[in-house]
Amino acid sequence: MSKQQPAQFTNPETPGYVGFANLPNQVHRKSVKKGFEFTLMVVGESGLGKSTLINSLFLTDLYPERIIPGAAEKIERTVQIEASTVEIEERGVKLRLTVVDTPGYSDAINCRDCFKTIISYIDEQFERYLHDESGLNRRHIIDNRVHCCFYFISPFGHGLKPLDVEFMKAIHNKVNIVPVIAKADTLSLKERERLKKRILDEIEEHGIKIYHLPDAESDEDEDFKEQTRLLKTSIPFCVVGSNQLIEAKGKKVRGRLYPWGVVEVENPEHNDFLKLRTMLITHMQDLQEVTQDLHYENFRSERLKRGGRKIEDEEANKDQILLEKEAELRRMQEMIARMQAQMQMQMHSGEGDSSAVQGHHV
Amino acid sequence: MSELVPEPRQKPAVPMKPMGINANLLGYIGIDTIIEQMRKKTMKTGFDFNIMVVGQSGLGKSTLVNTLFKSQVSRKSSGWNREEKIPKTVEIKAIGHVIEEGGVKMKLTVIDTPGFGDQINNENCWEPIEKYINEQYEKFLKEEVNIARKKRIPDTRVHCCLYFISPTGHSLRPLDLEFMKHLSKVVNIIPVIAKADTMTLEEKTEFKQRVRKELEVNGIEFYPQKEFDEDLEDKTENDKIRESMPFAVVGSDKEYQVNGKRVLGRKTPWGIIEVENLTHCEFALLRDFVIRTHLQDLKEVTHNIHYETYRAKRLNDNGGLPPMTVETEENHESNL
Repeated sequence: MSKQQPAQFTNPETPGYVGFANLPNQVHRKSVKKGFEFTLMVVGESGLGKSTLINSLFLTDLYPERIIPGAAEKIERTVQIEASTVEIEERGVKLRLTVVDTPGYSDAINCRDCFKTIISYIDEQFERYLHDESGLNRRHIIDNRVHCCFYFISPFGHGLKPLDVEFMKAIHNKVNIVPVIAKADTLSLKERERLKKRILDEIEEHGIKIYHLPDAESDEDEDFKEQTRLLKTSIPFCVVGSNQLIEAKGKKVRGRLYPWGVVEVENPEHNDFLKLRTMLITHMQDLQEVTQDLHYENFRSERLKRGGRKIEDEEANKDQILLEKEAELRRMQEMIARMQAQMQMQMHSGEGDSSAVQGHHV
Repeated sequence: MSELVPEPRQKPAVPMKPMGINANLLGYIGIDTIIEQMRKKTMKTGFDFNIMVVGQSGLGKSTLVNTLFKSQVSRKSSGWNREEKIPKTVEIKAIGHVIEEGGVKMKLTVIDTPGFGDQINNENCWEPIEKYINEQYEKFLKEEVNIARKKRIPDTRVHCCLYFISPTGHSLRPLDLEFMKHLSKVVNIIPVIAKADTMTLEEKTEFKQRVRKELEVNGIEFYPQKEFDEDLEDKTENDKIRESMPFAVVGSDKEYQVNGKRVLGRKTPWGIIEVENLTHCEFALLRDFVIRTHLQDLKEVTHNIHYETYRAKRLNDNGGLPPMTVETEENHESNL
């Protein structure tokens, strides 16, 4: 009984037992009390089912009064950032989820500037965190940094579009990208495989760094290892979202009703929705860690480096400015001397014009 | 259009009295056999049909054209590699085939426009397309004003343009609006909702209504245009069609077994989508509309209205004179 699992806390009598094995429990309790924060950004063309998918993932209605603008209005619009926060509680664990939506992305005819707004939003969140972290009172830092970005790829194309490639290359160093193939009920199984492979090839070809699931530790159980392996091979996930309950095979399922059949959202044979949800939930912590350790640190070092370089430049400039000022002083002194000489000449120039000409020579 | 009209006779065979439609002829003359004569002539000469497909890549344009004409007529089948990259500018690729059915030969040309709407900056991406269409009109005009005309001018004008709308379920995209605004005046545009198996029935109806309203609000007249309805019969028939446009279609060139029959369709884990089943998608309506009922009308509207508009503008610009080609000797040689 003594040398059993050291995690047994109810036995302080055991010799050699210190008790710090209880630490994870304490951390767990504290975190549960504090609650978790998670910021998820969704980017993709309009009409790819982003809002429906978010609502399906978290079983909420994040967009109750949504007005979808017509095409003529979209011509004038630029990309906007809309963040909606919702507090979800499950079994005593509180999650403060912020979903950052990017309506207007890829709507315009000329999309060259459409990701500038998004990148500056991400940078702003990093900037704010950096500022808070460097401040005096660090007790209540709110973490609004974007922990994960779901990038929605259209199932209608033959792979990535030029805009997809450009956007992902611009943000893969700032945020974890999880590519998602939306509206997957358009594709047959073979087409899906083909599209997934094509997208993965293109991602590799362009050197885009997407979020990679960490391998399961060797001491995890087989099921978890198998699950992680399955998840890793299914990226990018082909998902279908729906909030409607349909009657199928005697029970009510969430799905889409077509004349030729019912697509079930939570059926792993129909789409990868469950895999996406599992990945998000089991790796929420990891996503936050990677954001903190990799992306935020990158940003921070870039920022501080840039800040330092500015000071150096100024010093160099100061020297230059000094030199310039001295040269100017000298020139002015010379001019004054010239003018004085001229005036003297003119005073004596009552006798003859030749002296005026002479006055020009200095 | 280029049929020989018989010379007017010197003396009328029958005294020209104004006759009502229900005039009783004293016996059968055989005027109605002219229809049979025309039919025989058409069968012998065959006819041209040029269809253009426009839309973002991956919307199923090539598959749909193959399905429409039940043969491998699209760019996809003519040695185009699926792994090809998206071209950096809009290209125009015309592929011609001769297909035959029931003794009638049709020279079908499918004009594809890869690269449309796929770039980051899609400004003015409709310009190459507009240029191509106008070039065909110009070619025809030059042939027409020739002194020694060909007996049958080869018709490369675009008779019909299928515009593929992405099934977002929300509304049209700004690019769609701009394209249709510019091109509905030069060519017959038939908007089509591609890959319609993405939408449930309710979503489909709602989307179609939205699209129709947006087109109306922006003053875009798609084919069949309201202003060209000739009589009441045409109007009622076309009204019905206009109400159900744009057609939500699904294309496929693979066959599956359903209920003992082989049908064209798409196989998914939750069912087989039959392309020609009206409860599944509106492909059959599109096919009947474009091929079985309005094929000749498409050609006529192109010739009588769009081409005439172009011609009038050209002649006006030229001061009422037809554009004369300098290389008349060359033309003579080719005409002989």
